[in-house]
Amino acid sequence: MKQFISFIQKEFYHIFRDGRTLFILLAMPIVLLILFGYAITTEIKMAPVTILDYSRDAVTRSIADRLMASEYFELYRYSENQDDVQALFRQGKAKLAIVFPPHFADDRDSRVQILADATDPNEATQLASYAAAIIQAELWEEQRIEMTTLADGGRVTPVTHLLYNPQMKGAYNFVPGVMGLILILICALMTSVGIVREKEMGTMEVLLVSPLKPLSIIVAKAIPYLLVSMVNVATILMLSYFLLEVPIVGSLTLLIGISILYALVALSLGLFISTVTQTQQAAMLISALVLMLPVILLSGMVFPVENMPRLLQWFSHIVPAKWYIIAVKDVMIKGVPLSGVLKEVGILLFMAFFILVLSVKRFKTRLE
Amino acid sequence: MENGINIEGVSKGYGKVQALRGLSLTVRPGELFGLIGPDGAGKTTLFRILTTLLLADQGRATVCGRDVVQEMMRIRQLVGYMPGRFSLYPDLSVEENLRFFATVFQTTVEENMDLIRDIYVQIESFRKRRAGKLSGGMKQKLALCCAMIHRPEVLFLDEPTTGVDPVSRVEFWDMLDQLKTQGITILVSTPYMDEASRCDRIALMRDGQLLSVGTPSAIRSSYTHSLWAVRSAAMYPLLKDLRAFPATFSCFAFGDTHHLAFREEALKNKTEDQLKEELTAYLVEKKHTDLLLTKIEPGIEDCFMSLR
Repeated sequence: MKQFISFIQKEFYHIFRDGRTLFILLAMPIVLLILFGYAITTEIKMAPVTILDYSRDAVTRSIADRLMASEYFELYRYSENQDDVQALFRQGKAKLAIVFPPHFADDRDSRVQILADATDPNEATQLASYAAAIIQAELWEEQRIEMTTLADGGRVTPVTHLLYNPQMKGAYNFVPGVMGLILILICALMTSVGIVREKEMGTMEVLLVSPLKPLSIIVAKAIPYLLVSMVNVATILMLSYFLLEVPIVGSLTLLIGISILYALVALSLGLFISTVTQTQQAAMLISALVLMLPVILLSGMVFPVENMPRLLQWFSHIVPAKWYIIAVKDVMIKGVPLSGVLKEVGILLFMAFFILVLSVKRFKTRLE
Repeated sequence: MENGINIEGVSKGYGKVQALRGLSLTVRPGELFGLIGPDGAGKTTLFRILTTLLLADQGRATVCGRDVVQEMMRIRQLVGYMPGRFSLYPDLSVEENLRFFATVFQTTVEENMDLIRDIYVQIESFRKRRAGKLSGGMKQKLALCCAMIHRPEVLFLDEPTTGVDPVSRVEFWDMLDQLKTQGITILVSTPYMDEASRCDRIALMRDGQLLSVGTPSAIRSSYTHSLWAVRSAAMYPLLKDLRAFPATFSCFAFGDTHHLAFREEALKNKTEDQLKEELTAYLVEKKHTDLLLTKIEPGIEDCFMSLR
């Protein structure tokens, strides 16, 4: 036991004395969260709008005010005519144009034209529908759209209610994703590099020719990184709770429990990589290519798995991050209890056990 | 317990390269045994087989009477191993390295301080310094301390003096002498022939085979040729001319002189002095100046070069 503790202590010396790596380890989650939270975002914020108002009455003005009051739009300027609108689109000064016909307030069948710059189709659709919704809401309040009932044979107005994430915040999606990414990165990459470094430096030779059991070498290597990754989970959760205002609806204990389980999967992956590589560079490359890319591309973090070709969907089943992200979303955002994520937890448990056994078996007690 | 080493017909190949070819050797308990050979002779492979890090293709070996394959874990408790390259943690201090290896081997630095004191005092003033920032000689001393902190029965030192300055090399061998008095069996390898005389017995090794085994003096006395050191103003042409001399058995460049051995047949009907005069006349005719011819005693390297 004393052997074991002194080994872990040594591992902490390695981590704390490599200032640059330690800084990266601790700063990475913060940087990633801020990047995803503020820079890489698909959310609409303050899109420039131009308004071509041929009517200039009280109604059009109140619609315009309401549009600009929302955090989605901001008025670039009013346009004088159609050519002006076209010019603003071409120059990229406006992403959306609202055109009110003459006598808008007086005419009962008035129509509003919404023009959007569809060079980014997703954004254009989103902008147009947001604008339409806001205009409709204003008109409805002004009693200009009559809410007729079915019995009158009139229209049905669908009322959409967004569950769990009413504001459609991207953070609800990427916070679990970033957690999945960070844990894999730190646990798998750092552990594999840590073990392979001992091979490269030749210290593994000395450790092997010692009474240390191979299993204790492995476990002692993994524990410090498990702790560091838990610090990261805490950082991410605090940042997302206080800064990005993502609530933690479900049980925090369960969330941390699942994170530890996922970290174990990542650690055993790191161990496995260390048994198949001889140099730190190879270990780093394999960790980055084999682990990080699938986490980013196939876990559902960026692209929805449901839209992928069948083959990739099958492949995504063996990406641990996918199950982790599903479980975290369920627990953190929907508040699902353990009984609701049993499948995901089971799969992660199986993966951890399977990879761990495989890598302990592969870990060589000799040099060949 | 007998802490000797016994090797019987050990062979080991890496793909097409045959590193060891049926090597047999016995190292007696308490002996300081030197394995002398150039790079690629198979010394490190032999060390790794004896320290249970590699499996031999053929043959068997025992350390302290225990089989290196079957009793692997037992041997790992009995031996100390210092690999060829620097294998401590550069980001840990001298003290931390020592303490770590002591705990790994289930002992404490204090318990075995008497064993390493003589060496440790030389690096003690740097005990807070990171091992990576030590000089080559200091590193080796620390590595030696770490390798013997658990009072091993047998100590394996793979090229401990390679890359170490001459003064530190002498100090290092002085330390091995001290260790020997503790009854520890030491197997040490080196590519430096001049270190061979510090061993009780040596084995000359090349291409995975032993060329000769014995005490340094026995190996030197097995050299039967008449050996001369030759020097002139132009050393490279001299080497070619010496090799072309009819009575030459062999001639090799050794630092600032060439070592020339005469054929035994040439000495049958002539005395050494006659041959020397013949050679001098031959070299003068070849326009060599500042000639110097001295009869010398053979060194280990001469023996090594003559064995083929």
